[in-house]
Amino acid sequence: MNEFKQLSWQGLWKNNPALVQLLGLCPLLAVTATITNGLGLGLATTLVLIGSNATVSIIRNMVPNEIRIPIFVMIIAAFVTVVQLLMNAYTFELYQALGIFIPLIVTNCAIIGRAEAYASKNPIGYAAFDGMMMGLGFTAVLVILGAMRELLGYGTLFAGANLLLGDWATSLKITVFTTDSPFLLAILPPGAFLGMGLLIAGKNVLDKRFERMFAAKQEAKTVQRARVTAES
Amino acid sequence: MNYKLASSPHQHVRRNTGQVMRMVIYALIPGILLQTWFFGFGVLVQITLAILTAVITEASILELRKRDFERAIKDYSAILTAILLAISIPPFAPWWVVVIGTFFAIAIVKQLYGGLGFNVFNPAMAAYVMLLVSFPVQMTQWMPAQSLTTHQPGIVDAIYAVFTGFSADGFSLMQLQSAVDGHTMATPLDAIKTGLAQGLTYEEGLQSAIFDGSLGIGWWWVSLGYLLGGLYLIRAKIINWHIPGGMIAAMAVCAGIMFLVDGDRFASPLFHLFNGSLILGAFFIATDPVSASTTNKGRVIFGAAIGFWVYIIRTWGGYPDAIAFAVLIMNMAVPLIDYYTRPRTYGHQKTNKGVPK
Repeated sequence: MNEFKQLSWQGLWKNNPALVQLLGLCPLLAVTATITNGLGLGLATTLVLIGSNATVSIIRNMVPNEIRIPIFVMIIAAFVTVVQLLMNAYTFELYQALGIFIPLIVTNCAIIGRAEAYASKNPIGYAAFDGMMMGLGFTAVLVILGAMRELLGYGTLFAGANLLLGDWATSLKITVFTTDSPFLLAILPPGAFLGMGLLIAGKNVLDKRFERMFAAKQEAKTVQRARVTAES
Repeated sequence: MNYKLASSPHQHVRRNTGQVMRMVIYALIPGILLQTWFFGFGVLVQITLAILTAVITEASILELRKRDFERAIKDYSAILTAILLAISIPPFAPWWVVVIGTFFAIAIVKQLYGGLGFNVFNPAMAAYVMLLVSFPVQMTQWMPAQSLTTHQPGIVDAIYAVFTGFSADGFSLMQLQSAVDGHTMATPLDAIKTGLAQGLTYEEGLQSAIFDGSLGIGWWWVSLGYLLGGLYLIRAKIINWHIPGGMIAAMAVCAGIMFLVDGDRFASPLFHLFNGSLILGAFFIATDPVSASTTNKGRVIFGAAIGFWVYIIRTWGGYPDAIAFAVLIMNMAVPLIDYYTRPRTYGHQKTNKGVPK
């Protein structure tokens, strides 16, 4: 497996920042009431991750080891500000919907974690790619969790996608069912925790199943040996 | 001759889980009958729906977990959970409320934690809180006692009302709820809470038509029914007196102190004991052997703390009744309580605190 493949596998599945590292749970649980919100925050986080990873990687040989953390935080904060201003300018309603959680991207441990653990030790190409894959893995979880909660809570999918993608996206909205008494729990924070728990459980189940399939294949290859000792 | 050797304990276990659960269900019967008498056949419809959902859910999840589902269903614990949930929700709530609630109780709260014996929280109460938070409107549509309503819905009406929202004659829930004088009526706890919030004194609040003295018509009979069942359980040694005793005593003490301090703004202990679900909670819900404390001293603390929390939330909280919230709060504290109330090991001087060395 070459490095790029390895990075994609790590970021999207094996070491997924949301499902395995459990980083950035605060925005993850707070904003995923709809797909649009989840996608918006996920993309913003991805942009910050790519930018910060690339920058940290460029300056990795100039930064004194003792003060690297403050410097990383400054870099991340700069990118978060850029993203925040961009969203303020181009997707204003989404910017309002996400509120405090956009500036709070700076506190997302996944970002400084990647800067410290990977970007500060690897060349820029790999570092940027790692940022992208980690970001996409995070985004995927946000979108899936958002979809679960939106479906249960409002009975729709992609509601308000036009806030993020432009007017054409209004037609993306799918109304699965309408109800007078929505399942409020799914929209409220406890629903986010429950949904997150179920997602993590689902990933573990899949992992175990893959492992078993893999193990079964390997076992088939081993050579059968004749048993010479008696059954004990 | 064949001498059988068995290791200790030599006492025979007379009851298995199924028998215990069945006895608890039998003990619920007087209360359920009185509740049906006063609040309509909706209660029975809800219980039936809940039991069906519980059994189906339990069986399918156990099948998924590759466990012996036949034996697990025969222990009646899922059915008991279903009944406790069904009698806690309004008798004419739509059918999907009880179905979602029971599914949540069995699948999420019980089986996902590992099944009977492993659940941290009381399944019926966790499901109740989930329903109350999710569907506040449906979960607060309590009927006044039937002697006060203009229409007395029969069993067919009850089934229609649960499944369609209208009785067989086409009366809506709102109409069924309204009393002879045309006002919709709340539960006793709710009525007093609203009255006090509007600036009435406690005595003035009791003037409402749903009260007979300081007790809500119908409600105290139902509480007495559950009290009878609870005392039978204590006599049959299914439950100990510690949890219900602690809970009722704490409630009476809290309410008594506040009532003596200001009898106009705080309801009397008698009002608090018999108007809500405190008796049901004390004898049947808080005593859940899995999620409650397991030492005798711990049980007293556990029960008393629930009574305390119920009083606090009823009086100053946002919800009129609070058994479910109080039980969940104390479920979380159970490991701590058990840790500090470990009984003395025979032959040791002091309690064996901490991890055994």
